[in-house]
Amino acid sequence: MAESTSATATVGAAPAGRSRRRSRRDVNTLPLLAPSVIVLLLWMIVPLGLTLWFSFQRYNLVVPTIRGFAGFENYEFLLTDPALWTAMVNTLLLVGGVLVITVVLGTLLAVLFDQDFFGCGFARLFAIAPFFVMPTVSALIWKNMLMHPVNGLFAWITKGLGLGPIDWFADLPLTSIVIIVAWQWTPFALLILLTAIQSLDHEQKEAARMDGAGPLAMFWFIILPHLGRAIAVVVMIETIFFLTIFAEIFVTTSGGPGLASTNLAFLIYMRALLEFDVGGASAGGVIAIILANIVAIFLIRAVAKNLDA
Amino acid sequence: MDRKLREKLLISALGWAAAALIFFPIFWMFLTSFKTELEAVATPPSLFFTPSLENYAEVQARANYLRFALNSVSISLVATLLALLLAVPAAYAMAFFPGRRTKDTLLWMLSTKMLPPVGVLVPIYLIFRDLNLLDTRTGLIVVYALINLPIVVWMLYTFFKEVPKDILEAGRMDGARPKQELLHILLPLSLPGIASTGLLSIILCWNEAFWSLNLTTAQAAPLTTFIASFSSPEGLFWAKLSAASSMAIAPILVFGWMSQKQLVRGLTFGAVK
Repeated sequence: MAESTSATATVGAAPAGRSRRRSRRDVNTLPLLAPSVIVLLLWMIVPLGLTLWFSFQRYNLVVPTIRGFAGFENYEFLLTDPALWTAMVNTLLLVGGVLVITVVLGTLLAVLFDQDFFGCGFARLFAIAPFFVMPTVSALIWKNMLMHPVNGLFAWITKGLGLGPIDWFADLPLTSIVIIVAWQWTPFALLILLTAIQSLDHEQKEAARMDGAGPLAMFWFIILPHLGRAIAVVVMIETIFFLTIFAEIFVTTSGGPGLASTNLAFLIYMRALLEFDVGGASAGGVIAIILANIVAIFLIRAVAKNLDA
Repeated sequence: MDRKLREKLLISALGWAAAALIFFPIFWMFLTSFKTELEAVATPPSLFFTPSLENYAEVQARANYLRFALNSVSISLVATLLALLLAVPAAYAMAFFPGRRTKDTLLWMLSTKMLPPVGVLVPIYLIFRDLNLLDTRTGLIVVYALINLPIVVWMLYTFFKEVPKDILEAGRMDGARPKQELLHILLPLSLPGIASTGLLSIILCWNEAFWSLNLTTAQAAPLTTFIASFSSPEGLFWAKLSAASSMAIAPILVFGWMSQKQLVRGLTFGAVK
């Protein structure tokens, strides 16, 4: 039998179960898994270790003469700096705000694009386009052509409505960035949720309609419960990307005015590359990693439930 | 019947309005790229103008678009291939020979993706400097393959799980070894899944901005850096900026549109049973 050949190198053979099952377990999966696991481990541990090491050092690239062990100095400086807390709150507001908008809009759009209407294939092409646009470009479009307080299109519209121009990035910096990021990621939510809706059993929908369910009842009792798993996936993937938003801020507000739109990623960037404070930046990095892990634990728990396929 | 038609018309109008609204910023940018600088900043916005290709010529004269574009193409493709090469065996092992720790391994891989890149930027920068990898395509390829690896593994895993086990079982009965099983049975069967995984990876690589802005300057700079160089505050050059932006997103937009059927089917991450 084939099993005997593949069972030469056994890792933790399963206790006597059905032979079919054992044949699956008896394959040595180590060489298959090892490359991915090892490179990821290296990618994670080496920089992490170095970051941890630097975070306890006095290390500023501008004054290279001052080196040495700093103890918790960098952390003390950072944790007592109100900027850190502002950045943390901004990070959470940014992630939360965009998540809510993209999931709600994505669901509504998915229901709309699930309908069979004239040219729906073409309309869908246009609706998913922002997902392909690089963050730097979309930030530039919104910053200059739409949200510019003097020459932007929005200013022209609000002036036409008698409201006067809005200086988006000065008065509503974080909101502006939320809008831009939401615009980029709504198509992603739409794509996944649309696929999920289309996998819904047609007979089930038909049966509900026969029973006299209106469109609203259909949405609430049939479609939405079916989407639970897909929404969990959208939330998980988007959070991974939103925790580390950088380009949109870099291009539009540079974290300002003041710290109004500085998230954790941008704060560390400012410390490291603008102030050349390797020690301080590394301490910030460690804090960002801890924060990301707290979020990750919650998220991964939620998704793990959905993973037993 | 008449009521049904009216309903369909209404939904069509709604659907197209939504699509137009979402697409508008891209359309507006594209339109602006054919205006003169004066027309680009005019209020009220100028809708009727004589389109010119002058901006494109000027952008090309200022920066060598083709070099940036070639960097983007080669880095995205090679990084995606590298990620797939690493991920296929791993996903195969996890999907078909699950052990006690398989799920933990998968979740751990995903959690590495949650580390904010800034958290490790300084050490990576210093390591790259010492290895002479700064501003090289090799450097970016390695980074992109690694940052996309968890997502690629996860997507492949969900696709492999959908392959009926009986088919592999039958192959095994006929004496197929794991390697043959993987190469001759599984890969042909899950080609659509692998394709859409690759597509997503290419799109993510193409649009990645953090590492490319921080690790490249000139030689290996992809299109994200090309755009950033046009965003520097030197007054209002919206028309030229629009032309440069259009050039930067056009290849990936066309590519994405052509492969959208694959993408729509593929972007489920196991969310659809």
